[in-house]
Amino acid sequence: MSDNLLHVKDVETYYGNIRALGGVEVEVKRGEIVCMIGANGAGKSTLMMTICGSPQARTGSVTFEGQDITRMPTHEIARLRIAQSPEGRRIFPRMTVYENLQMGASLDNLKYFNEDVEKIFTLFPRLKERQSQRGGTLSGGEQQMLSIGRALMARPKLLLLDEPSLGLAPLIVKGIFAAIKKLNEEEGLTVFLVEQNAFAALKLSHRGYVMVNGKVTMSGSGRELLANPEVRAAYLEGGHH
Amino acid sequence: MANMTNTPESAGSNLMARALREGFYAGLVALGLFVLFVGLKTDQNILNELILVQRWGLLAIFVVIAAVGRFLSVAFIRPYLAERKAEKAAAPVKDANFFVRNFSMIAIAVLIVYPPIMVGLFGFQGSLKWVDNFGIQILIYVMLAWGLNIVVGLAGLLDLGYVAFYAVGAYSYALLSSHFGLSFWILLPMAGIFAALWGVILGFPVLRLKGDYLAIVTLAFGEIIRLVLINWTAVTKGTFGISGIAKASVFGIWSFDVSATNNFAKVFGLPMSSSYYKIFLFYLILALCLLTAFVTIRLRRMPIGRAWEALREDEIACRSLGINTVTTKLTAFATGAMFGGFAGSFFAVRQGFVSPESFVFLESAIILAIVVLGGMGSLIGIAIAATLMIGGTELLREMEFLKHIFGPDFTPELYRMLIFGLAMIIVMVWKPRGFVGSREPTAFLRERKSVSGSFTKEGHG
Ligand SMILES: Nc1ncnc2c1ncn2[C@@H]1O[C@H](COP(=O)(O)OP(=O)(O)OP(=O)(O)O)[C@@H](O)[C@H]1O
Ligand SMILES: [Mg+2]
Repeated sequence: MSDNLLHVKDVETYYGNIRALGGVEVEVKRGEIVCMIGANGAGKSTLMMTICGSPQARTGSVTFEGQDITRMPTHEIARLRIAQSPEGRRIFPRMTVYENLQMGASLDNLKYFNEDVEKIFTLFPRLKERQSQRGGTLSGGEQQMLSIGRALMARPKLLLLDEPSLGLAPLIVKGIFAAIKKLNEEEGLTVFLVEQNAFAALKLSHRGYVMVNGKVTMSGSGRELLANPEVRAAYLEGGHH
Repeated sequence: MANMTNTPESAGSNLMARALREGFYAGLVALGLFVLFVGLKTDQNILNELILVQRWGLLAIFVVIAAVGRFLSVAFIRPYLAERKAEKAAAPVKDANFFVRNFSMIAIAVLIVYPPIMVGLFGFQGSLKWVDNFGIQILIYVMLAWGLNIVVGLAGLLDLGYVAFYAVGAYSYALLSSHFGLSFWILLPMAGIFAALWGVILGFPVLRLKGDYLAIVTLAFGEIIRLVLINWTAVTKGTFGISGIAKASVFGIWSFDVSATNNFAKVFGLPMSSSYYKIFLFYLILALCLLTAFVTIRLRRMPIGRAWEALREDEIACRSLGINTVTTKLTAFATGAMFGGFAGSFFAVRQGFVSPESFVFLESAIILAIVVLGGMGSLIGIAIAATLMIGGTELLREMEFLKHIFGPDFTPELYRMLIFGLAMIIVMVWKPRGFVGSREPTAFLRERKSVSGSFTKEGHG
């Protein structure tokens, strides 16, 4: 098997007649952290959802571990161990933190639940404190942690994160990014993330892509993109550093 | 807060003065409003002449009620409520007392001894009303509401046609028992299976629908079933209904047919009475209810039950966690329908007669109202709601004394829906999430020390 885990090839995705993705090409290799940056409405979230099969790509193909998953129903794609922390977090608001994490472990029918939940609680001690609280009453940052934690409970081969830093205080963002890095280095978890916080994301990632109006316009290593004057002008000026 | 220096006494006298003033104004307003409607009444005398009847006494009652009511409300009730609220907010979460903690166990125990107690109090003949009209009637609705609760409360699929499955169960029993002479104990599971099948049949076309759209389609489904029952006269005898439905037996050992040799009363040498059968039916529906509750509680802890609840919260998240939402929805419809089918066959056995009239939309609405009032998803809340709503409307029939107030033509049953509606509004204003509004989590970490109970309370809204 090649070291190519995910291959998005020439994908076009439509919402009705509106084309949101116009021939996107993205590759994610095993053990990598890859990020996608782009302005609002560029199509980043659409790409994430297309990988998960809702909506499905109209043309082109999505391949995971050499298997074509373009036309697969979402729940079957999830069963291949592609887990997502989607835009808007989408935790279960009336369920407790603990139950939310249980839902994440549905695939293995809670077989590894006890050991995995300990791991999540070490990663996000905040969640342990709040385990009996209802998801909907968590703070934004806590919900984000829960959303990532729930995705991790599925023992994913590929973790998709849609704007994990959205609306969070810089210190918490740091914590979450550190957690992602740790998972990647220690467990070899492959991560594909979408970010507005371009500086932090590119620093974290091995490789990055830039999306403009539904097309990938640039790609390269995290460091290359950080140094690129165009990227700096569009996504980094006025930011940190 | 300008008058922070007010002493409590002066605040108290202020309150009294205000209450008196507001009471006085309320009286004035009532006087103005009612003087023409209540104080004067046009009537015809024997000569067919229009005369003016003066009813100053009645008017005075209205005015006094308004004034005193307002006074009491401002002076006592509102401060009391405000105080209670403040106390509640300040007090730490108390451990529930013994009664609350063991509510379901106590309730089951009470229900088990209910028929003997009624027999003891009112004799066999007198107990009929209490066991049948109240006990069985309420328990049927408890069972129906618990069945619907799986679909609406757990899976979040708004179903307005639930009575269709009730009808399927009832007619399954009625037809199969009168044509093939099969016994209740064979037909009970079959009625459940048929209803579940219809649940799946309804489920398929509505898989993609949600909320109001789903509600409309299920509503139509309920009406279609009813119209089929009315018009397919060759099989269902239409509006005449099917009568002479066989009674259930105690597992085939004792029968309740008067002519049968193994008649219950004959075997035990008891005097003939219809109340044995009613008491037997009471325990039968109680057992069916407990089965429903048991299955619901067990399912909630199993993957499928968790998937139902997750589905109610967020369908997209469910799919991305690998849950097949199609099968999840269909099993919710099927399971809910199955219990409706059980209840239906019980209904047929109890009435001995079924007709489409028993399965009108109003029934679906009442069952749904019970689920909503009880607090969607809560078994105890729903049982309480069913008891209050169904028991309350049955009680109305008993209220003979109302005739003395409103005149001999007054039939309290006619006001059933009015009172039902009023009660619903009051409950929804008072408890917007129903009697038991907070969802009981199904799982905890074994060590639960770090979290206090107050975190688990849900915000009002
Ligand atoms: N359900 C939908 N129906 C129609 N158009 C949609 C839908 N979802 C997204 N779009 C459109 O598709 C385009 C891409 O949206 P997308 O959500 O992928 O952007 P994004 O890059 O994630 O933006 P952001 O950074 O703001 O999250 C936008 O123009 C958006 O308006
Ligand atoms: Mg987005």
